[in-house]
Amino acid sequence: MPDSPRSTRPAPPPEPVAVTLTVNGAERTLKIAPWTSLLDALRLHLDLTGTKKGCDHGQCGACTVLVDGRRINACLTLAVMQEGRSVTTVEGLARGDALHPLQEAFIACDALQCGYCTPGQLCSAAGLLAEGKARSDDDIRELMSGNICRCGAYPGIVAAIRSVMNRRATDGDAP
Amino acid sequence: MRPFRYARAAHLDDAIAAGSESGTAFVAGGTNLFDLMKADVLRPDTLVDVSRLPLDTIDDTPDGGLRLGALARNADTAYDPRVQSRYPMLARAILAGASPQLRNMATNGGNLMQRTRCYYFYDTATPCNKRAPGSGCGAIGGVNRIHAILGASPSCIAVHPSDLCVALAALAATVRVTGPDGERTVPFAAFHRLPGDTPERDTTLEPGELITAIDLPPQGFAAHSTYLKVRDRASYAFALVSVAAALDIDGGTIREARLALGGVAHKPWRDSGAEAALAGKPATPATFAEAAGIVLRDARAHDHNAFKIGLARRAIVRALTEAAGGKHP
Ligand SMILES: Cc1cc2nc3c(=O)[nH]c(=O)nc-3n(C[C@H](O)[C@H](O)[C@H](O)COP(=O)(O)OP(=O)(O)OC[C@H]3O[C@@H](n4cnc5c(N)ncnc54)[C@H](O)[C@@H]3O)c2cc1C
Ligand code: SF4
Ligand code: FES
Ligand code: FES
Repeated sequence: MPDSPRSTRPAPPPEPVAVTLTVNGAERTLKIAPWTSLLDALRLHLDLTGTKKGCDHGQCGACTVLVDGRRINACLTLAVMQEGRSVTTVEGLARGDALHPLQEAFIACDALQCGYCTPGQLCSAAGLLAEGKARSDDDIRELMSGNICRCGAYPGIVAAIRSVMNRRATDGDAP
Repeated sequence: MRPFRYARAAHLDDAIAAGSESGTAFVAGGTNLFDLMKADVLRPDTLVDVSRLPLDTIDDTPDGGLRLGALARNADTAYDPRVQSRYPMLARAILAGASPQLRNMATNGGNLMQRTRCYYFYDTATPCNKRAPGSGCGAIGGVNRIHAILGASPSCIAVHPSDLCVALAALAATVRVTGPDGERTVPFAAFHRLPGDTPERDTTLEPGELITAIDLPPQGFAAHSTYLKVRDRASYAFALVSVAAALDIDGGTIREARLALGGVAHKPWRDSGAEAALAGKPATPATFAEAAGIVLRDARAHDHNAFKIGLARRAIVRALTEAAGGKHP
């Protein structure tokens, strides 16, 4: 592959491709252009607008979702590349009317102001808990550094994640 | 993004066959490719998705080394228990890069192939010899705070942005590559290039060749090594200067040393002269300062990056001191 592929061929016609994803537990099949990012597929084609577009370049974390349980930036992958996988967005964190413990903790710890970064923060925090690498508050800060908050709600975000980690450690039952 | 065709490669052979067509690009994690396609810097008309090829494992090699699959994720590589215990400098370098989300996506092969973060390379309204050969260099005479102090050319003063690659350079890894003509191996030092008058080529990889794995030799310098990254903020930023330092110490005397820098040149900058000068010497600050002087003997600043020379000097001494165990014998 050349370093700078610049095509001389004409652009191909936008032929839609079929993509099947399990989104928040439900199987969804889409007919979309192959260059549709996972983020645009969620927001524009599935009306799941909880996941936010901040930078569209991997620099802010607002688009964080879980794919097969792992946190990724939905803006830097194609929906078609995630064929057959399971995607969890902020809309899929709660169980019915019961908020996810992280959502409750974010409210209790005042972990947001405008809320634009919050869906990404929540999904990223869920990924962090699943990874199980964070021990200290400094670890939480480092491992949440992929999520920028322009309102500067960081102290509340760290406190919220810490409180869920503490509760899990004492209860022993993972939410 | 401009329209393109998409094909998922089921087998290595399919990927190689498709990849040698002009206008075709491989995609693995997508974290660098889609960024650059959105900026209209790269315009492939066909993407070959190699991310599901079975090249994502990390395996012990018969010689006692470790083979890192090209499609193993950066996060899975950094957290692999064998990498953590036998190559802690590498784990540290990977975890110093990008963010947890990006490391979950980014692959080892893609990390080697990532392009420079030079702002002019990204801005299609400005000249850039790397993006548009022959158009000039926007950074020379422009804003060049993040640019090279070593090995640059009148055509290009960009730096390679990877952290992982700096540790791989210090470890003397080997890159395994498969192309239309079969398989070959490339010593890490010969994988990335200096810009010369062809800055459009970052690496010695030929068109259509796919990285399949990166082999680590048995010697991981686990007892005395570190990766030090200096950047504008504490996390989630590229290196201004970084240092991979590894020592094999016997009773206070350095038996063997490895030293590579990031953020300073068009390729991960390993200096075997400085390594040779460290060998046989006591592991002291004076020895480390001498090595730093050797690495930076030909350093040359541009308008806004003179600070990198002093920063690199201090970072080398600090990294070697930390690698030696923080002891000042
Ligand atoms: C906001 C941000 C911050 C970042 N910070 C850092 C940082 O601090 N340190 C750091 O080191 N990196 C950083 N990165 C870069 C990141 O590490 C790279 O984007 C990533 O490693 C690329 O891997 P990928 O699998 O996503 O590659 P892709 O985007 O899929 O591909 C990149 C290039 O490699 C080619 N390619 C991919 N796989 C192969 C293969 N097996 N053989 C041949 N060619 C191949 C592709 O064709 C493409 O040209 C950052 C990225 C972002 C977006
Ligand atoms: S330094 Fe290199 S990448 Fe940057 S503008 Fe000059 S030629 Fe382009
Ligand atoms: S929108 Fe994806 S990281 Fe900013
Ligand atoms: S709450 Fe406003 S950006 Fe984070």
